[in-house]
Amino acid sequence: MGALNHKFNENILITSLDKLLNWSRSGSEWYFQFGLACCAIEMMSAAAARHDLERFGAMPRSSPRQADVMIVAGTVTLKMATRVKRLYEQMAEPKYVISMGSCANSGGPYWQHGYHVLKGVDQIVPVDIYIPGCPPRPEALIEGLLHLQKKMREEHILAKKED
Amino acid sequence: MTEQEIYADLSAKFSDKIVELIEAETFNPTVVVAPAAITEVCHYLKDTETLNFNSLMNLAGHDTDGESDLSVIYHLHSTELDHYITLKAFTNRENSEVSSVANIYGTADWHEREAWDLYGIKFTGHPDLKRILLEEDWEGHPLKKDYVAAEFYRGMRIEKVK
Amino acid sequence: MGRLHAEEMILNMGPQHPSTHGVLRLKLRTDGEIVSHIEPVIGYLHRSFEKHAENLEYQQVTPFCGRCDYLAAMGSEHGYAMAVEKMMGIELPERVEYLRVIFAELQRIASHLVAVGTFGLDVGAITPFIYCFRERELILDLFEMASGARLLYNYIWIGGLAHDIPPGFVEKTYEFLDDFDKRIAEYNQILTGNKIFVERAADVGVLTPEVAINYGVTGPSLRASGVNIDLRRTQPYSIYDRFDFDIPLGEGAQGTIGDSWDRYYVRVREMEESAKIVRQALDQLPVEGDVKSAVPKRIRPPKGEIYFRSENARGELGYYIVSNGKNVPLRVKMRSPAFSNLSVINEIGHGWMISDVIAILGSLDIVLGEIDR
Repeated sequence: MGALNHKFNENILITSLDKLLNWSRSGSEWYFQFGLACCAIEMMSAAAARHDLERFGAMPRSSPRQADVMIVAGTVTLKMATRVKRLYEQMAEPKYVISMGSCANSGGPYWQHGYHVLKGVDQIVPVDIYIPGCPPRPEALIEGLLHLQKKMREEHILAKKED
Repeated sequence: MTEQEIYADLSAKFSDKIVELIEAETFNPTVVVAPAAITEVCHYLKDTETLNFNSLMNLAGHDTDGESDLSVIYHLHSTELDHYITLKAFTNRENSEVSSVANIYGTADWHEREAWDLYGIKFTGHPDLKRILLEEDWEGHPLKKDYVAAEFYRGMRIEKVK
Repeated sequence: MGRLHAEEMILNMGPQHPSTHGVLRLKLRTDGEIVSHIEPVIGYLHRSFEKHAENLEYQQVTPFCGRCDYLAAMGSEHGYAMAVEKMMGIELPERVEYLRVIFAELQRIASHLVAVGTFGLDVGAITPFIYCFRERELILDLFEMASGARLLYNYIWIGGLAHDIPPGFVEKTYEFLDDFDKRIAEYNQILTGNKIFVERAADVGVLTPEVAINYGVTGPSLRASGVNIDLRRTQPYSIYDRFDFDIPLGEGAQGTIGDSWDRYYVRVREMEESAKIVRQALDQLPVEGDVKSAVPKRIRPPKGEIYFRSENARGELGYYIVSNGKNVPLRVKMRSPAFSNLSVINEIGHGWMISDVIAILGSLDIVLGEIDR
């Protein structure tokens, strides 16, 4: 408590509601483990002991209802695309999508002759962060999550949205 | 037994249903069989004591150039007697039909469904011949050389927008 | 009151599910908790590998091979390279052969670590998963030293390797091997004899040898049923006939031969044997030799076809390649071991509870990239 010692009177903290909510949301990015292909293995490695995602507050959840951010890790095929859209719609607001790997970004190595590959998951869901790589290193995934934290801290989720 | 001996054995039993033995330009000498006779040939290969081919290693469809016949290739192996044989069946493009071995080898069930899915080769006698890798409403058989992908599938663009 | 009439439920498991090891969908017909029929639906990861292979040159197909079985990428590339080299009649320098064996066996250990860790995760044990991935990171460090990548390498080229190993690689591998034997003892301590694990895995999903051979099951799942077929021994390729290693078979030590516990334990024992092979290969590694001397300038196999099989981490990986003399293959069919291994799930899974079906699926060790290609 060194930095905060003697700074405030008697448990009163003055901040904006936006800042408080953004701080708590960015510190607990529960990700929807949507591993499809090879990038899923790097996502698992990122969650394991050496690269440890949990120290950033990112916990894997299997159900879309409990997740904040959907990490689309791997190739999205046309057969799978309808399911990706349905699961995205089942997540509760505020929600984010991270597209991990070149297959999810734009079709990856299968862009030329892949008759069954969706060329980029942003054709069906809105993407916030793109992580390049084939597969991206776990450190790259961590950088993507940190960028998302920065993005979250600048949002105003309580403000009325203009229609 | 060598492939030549197996070919002699099969020719003696099935006469004109066994077309020829291809030995040139292949590392596995191949017996060409008439497509409608594949089931009985495989029954014979599996049940005969001296042949005892109990393992179907691989079943694949093949399209040479987009105009000539389609073919199906079978790689068989006997785990007890440790010998190999390869079978091939040619069938014409418009009405491709080959008799199924799904009731003889369990491996063939899914492999034949894949050949139907990607090449459009019908396997008569298969218990449940439906697509396995692509969706039921997919049009066309993609691995044929003259296949052209559609532009959209269920509203999603297939080709990459440059 | 009379008998209560219960209807059959049709449940859908997947394609997004934490325990299906990828995008697999299982249609389960259940009577309460007991499953009466399982129908796997695949194709959610069909990335048209075979169509790409018909449009790219032979050496450009190598990275795609690794992406099919992404947990055993070195083994996939190795099988493809050997098939094309046999077609072209290429003789490899000794150093290349030894290095390839080292990488293939290290990859087998890495793949079995994931299989063992995720199998523990499926039945509820989280700690072995973390331990297995800790060892796997050490192996991925070795791969990164040699090839530059952690998971998908494009390292085993037709006719040789992409780069030679850097100085310090051999010492680091010896360090890893010395440490690894203690780790296997750790896994045996936490998971193998654990009473809860034995209750969950022993006697569950028994696979008899006849059913296994009929459905084309190969690899550790077949050897757990007592069938002694390992392509490194029965049909030796590369230089495997120079090494001294055992083939572990299932013995039904905790239940019946061919149950899920046997399939798990065969993998743990195979990791020990692979470590033995790597140590022997390092001891015998020739110092001289250029890894790129046999790489051909133009890869144009003569007209013909070949079916070449090798023993990958999951079983018999076969490549059926047809060439018409050009520098682009006419047909490449990958006979994937997991495709046939998965087809047996209904035979051994019906009649068990849903949670047992998950344990059986975990013990079969499938990779959807390879099944769907």
